[in-house]
Amino acid sequence: MKPAAFTYHRARSLAQVFELLASHGDAAKILAGGQSLAPMLNMRLAQPAHLIDVNDLHEIAHIRDAGRAIAVGALARHEDVARSDLVRSACPLLAEAAATIGHYAIRQRGTLGGSLAHADPAAQLPLVAVTLGAEFDVAGPRGRRTLAATDFFLSVMTTALAADEIVIEARFPRREPREGFAFELFSRRRGDFAIVAVAATLALDGAGRVARLRLGVGGVDVVPLALDDLARAQIGRPANGDWCREVAAAARERIAPEDSHLVPAEYRRELCAALTRRALERAIARGGAR
Amino acid sequence: MERIAVKLTVNGEPHELLVEPRKLLSDALREDCRLTGTHVGCEHGVCGACTVLIDGRPARACLTYAVQMEGHAITTIEAVAQNGRLSPLQQAMHEAHGLQCGFCTPGIVMTFEAFLREHPDPSEEAIRETLSGNLCRCTGYQNIVAAIRKAAARMRGGEGHAGS
Repeated sequence: MKPAAFTYHRARSLAQVFELLASHGDAAKILAGGQSLAPMLNMRLAQPAHLIDVNDLHEIAHIRDAGRAIAVGALARHEDVARSDLVRSACPLLAEAAATIGHYAIRQRGTLGGSLAHADPAAQLPLVAVTLGAEFDVAGPRGRRTLAATDFFLSVMTTALAADEIVIEARFPRREPREGFAFELFSRRRGDFAIVAVAATLALDGAGRVARLRLGVGGVDVVPLALDDLARAQIGRPANGDWCREVAAAARERIAPEDSHLVPAEYRRELCAALTRRALERAIARGGAR
Repeated sequence: MERIAVKLTVNGEPHELLVEPRKLLSDALREDCRLTGTHVGCEHGVCGACTVLIDGRPARACLTYAVQMEGHAITTIEAVAQNGRLSPLQQAMHEAHGLQCGFCTPGIVMTFEAFLREHPDPSEEAIRETLSGNLCRCTGYQNIVAAIRKAAARMRGGEGHAGS
């Protein structure tokens, strides 16, 4: 459980990160919070020749109000995101999801950018980003570009980042007035990656009908899925208990999870339905409170 | 193998270590600083036995490389008791039988020294949620939860160190 030897670089600036990535390319890995990378190194599932430590880049550890969105720097720690007054009021789905990542000590180190770049298909932050339609700023030696979350995640642990680029910031749309929200996940042990996770935001009109719905599912495909077509088809429908069950049943038909002897596909579909129903019920209850 | 000089603070004292970049902070604390109170369990971040404070925040020492700690301050279990007196949390762990073999105890104490500072009046659910990051194979956790509640109540009462 000791990592293979590597050369350590402590980056003092973004420019230095790009220089190091340019010189070492695929032989280098970015070390942020290390809560996923270090276990992989310790178990020798990964053996990069160079580690570029970005923990000194305090300029990308911000959490700030960006008008219609909340901007979270790549180096923001999960616990800071979960406990931020701004995130809790302006993007509570993100705060609720961040609070479920790993454990207390893990959340003190783990970073938003690390989670996004790692791109585990069951991870919380990629799911929230895809569900809400967040956008990411990434940067490299050729400059900065903006990607939609749905264009960023390509496959299991595979993103649209070039070998010499890193995530700089993610912008999550602000909660709409009277919008309810819920993040639901199921794992066998507390702190494990979810088997299935569901994120939802829901706003109702004055008559209790669906005015806006966003619904996303993680752990059921190679990337987190936003069920946009299903969500759009719900506009104008009365949001009651029957409706929650109906959408949950429809969600399970929209996914085609992998079948394995440990987690049968049917089990994931069942979880998808159960968690979707719970998320919608909670989102209705919370939306009404505003 | 290339070794790198690292200056860091451990329990308030400056240390200069000469370490391979791949050396885990947990190993550096035990082997180089000779502080063996930090226990090494799973070495991939799951068990929580090696939890220490980095700049006051709890962290897995096995998921941190000592070379990263240049300029940072580490607190280990050795610094929790002061002048031979147990901290309120340590005292409560003793009184409530919050440990049996003791292997996981340093990690639990470090986690909750930080947690109780941030959350002076936690619910039992919040305690259990946080405790989920520390595996104990002896106690069944009931007495650990009882000890943490006891410690929190005493610390809110301003008792400070046990007996004071």
